[in-house]
Amino acid sequence: MNARTAAPIARAHAFVTVFLKEVKENLRDRRTIISAFLTGPLLGPLILVMMLNITLNRQFDKAENPLPVPVIGAENAPNLINALKAEGIVPRPAIADPELAVRKQDADVVLRISPDYATAWRKGEAVQVELIYDSSQRDANASVERVSQVVETYARQQGAMRLVSRGLSPSTAWPVQAARRDQATAQARAALVFSILPYFFVLTVFMGGMYLAIDLTAGERERQSLEPLFANPVPRWKILAGKLAAICTFAAASLLISLLAFSVVGRFIPTEKLGMELDLGPRFGGQVLLLMVPLIALLAALQSMVAAFAKSYREAQTYLSLLMFVPVLPSILLSTMPIKAQDWMYAVPLLGQHLGIMQLLRGDGVTAQQLGLCLVGSLVAALVGVLATARLYQSERLAISG
Amino acid sequence: MIEVKDLHKAFGTVKAVDGVSFTARDGEITGLLGPNGAGKTTTLRMLYTLMKPDRGQVLVDGIDAAEDALAVRRQLGVLPDARGLYKRLTARENIDYFARLHGLPEDVIAERREALVKALEMEDIGDRRTEGFSQGQRVKTAIARALIHDPRNVILDEPTNGLDVMATRALRQFMQHLKHEGRCVLFSSHIMQEVAALCDRIVVIANGRVVADESPQALREQTGESNLEDAFVKIIGSEEGLAA
Repeated sequence: MNARTAAPIARAHAFVTVFLKEVKENLRDRRTIISAFLTGPLLGPLILVMMLNITLNRQFDKAENPLPVPVIGAENAPNLINALKAEGIVPRPAIADPELAVRKQDADVVLRISPDYATAWRKGEAVQVELIYDSSQRDANASVERVSQVVETYARQQGAMRLVSRGLSPSTAWPVQAARRDQATAQARAALVFSILPYFFVLTVFMGGMYLAIDLTAGERERQSLEPLFANPVPRWKILAGKLAAICTFAAASLLISLLAFSVVGRFIPTEKLGMELDLGPRFGGQVLLLMVPLIALLAALQSMVAAFAKSYREAQTYLSLLMFVPVLPSILLSTMPIKAQDWMYAVPLLGQHLGIMQLLRGDGVTAQQLGLCLVGSLVAALVGVLATARLYQSERLAISG
Repeated sequence: MIEVKDLHKAFGTVKAVDGVSFTARDGEITGLLGPNGAGKTTTLRMLYTLMKPDRGQVLVDGIDAAEDALAVRRQLGVLPDARGLYKRLTARENIDYFARLHGLPEDVIAERREALVKALEMEDIGDRRTEGFSQGQRVKTAIARALIHDPRNVILDEPTNGLDVMATRALRQFMQHLKHEGRCVLFSSHIMQEVAALCDRIVVIANGRVVADESPQALREQTGESNLEDAFVKIIGSEEGLAA
């Protein structure tokens, strides 16, 4: 029979056949297309731009605009009030319950000047001015900082004038002065704000391949097509390889779209307002892509493995949405524990990519050693993941639908 | 030709198949008859190498399934119990996918596919996506993709399940057609009339064992019942799980 003579061709083509069929079939699925080419890659850039614009505009609003501050006992310290007014702080009439007002966010900060301010001032004694605020209201922190600085500057000026009037140099009172020299480059400052970026890239890769990974086993099993597929004279690992390749292709396409979107969006982020520099151009994109390549394979294998345990499409979807939170871990870890990046960390999948992308954002670039560690570490993990999935694929139970 | 020798398969403590032997010859239709849960599907799954038997041997055209599973699969056309199609592909694309997995050249694929589309009367549905196909249309497509590589041996697991009268008639005719082409046709069923009408040889399975392996005529003589239905009931020892 010709079936036997055709065998060598089957060996060469099975992988490509599976790959092409998966790509074709999934390109016809609206849900996959939307997830892989629209929401997945574009959500990140959109959210980032929106978040940044809101926070930046808010900060600048606060810095430039008149800041109304309720003052209790304003009549006790007319000079201080004048100093505040000169810095754009507008004193408001006193309110009855400043603590409550602050908690209810009716006021960002309330200033309370004690009744004995005038007497103590005249005697040259120290006087107290209270700033009442709620530090858990992050929104108010800029206002608190601004009022506090104006008050301290005023205090220092007055102190210096008192010393001078007594014939002393102001430096007697402040023998040590801290001069701040911030070494953060404009790019490094931007990186702080953009530390969420690596997660967006991982998420994009994840969402790009997700529906294909579900379809790979849970979907095929649910619509009962896995058993006939396995009746073909093709080793299972070849079928798996073709499917993994299709997942990786979709994930990579997703990442590419995302990088393109970021590079476009990067031009519209008003980073110069904050004195930051951000280069999301082709060079950055290329390096991110390189860092992410092994991760694409690793995630494809992990997703397939998790989905293979699920009995149905829905169940697989639930498992995978849980798995989606794993890539957030390095981001959270690094933002809550400011640990210094050690070289070995680059070899840890996800963590390595996170650190690498942050380095790129800071404009420091990654060294060949870091890049090598990152690629090798993730590649080894990807290989283990693929082998484990292939092993799972050999199981007899896998093919049985009911 | 398919030869099955003393197959055993257990799932945990349940012995699904417990010593099944039979031979399905070329140019004949062999029916695997048994009540639901008798072990028919598990036996067939071991034939097309989806499962490995705990014990026993499967030979397809002389090739041992344990030694060369891929070669065995090449000799077989299989309509499994699960006959899912890819719903976003058309019927023709579904057929072509399996043809390519068999490594057939494109011109051969086109030729065989069109011959099958004609033989199975699927001209009207060939270019439609299979989503929303009727049960009959689905079975036709699944049979076409199972036979695209022109296999010498054809295994059909409950092929008429869920089909209406017309589709069932057409399918039986098609099986006769396969037999006259000289192929070895093996199918399972729990419907006695179907087996009686089609088979040259009947293998009756109950509780994972072969309880009879005869021609329909011999079966009647062996049991002393003139009615085949009564003969079956007598052999199996119960009426449970059989349909007339």
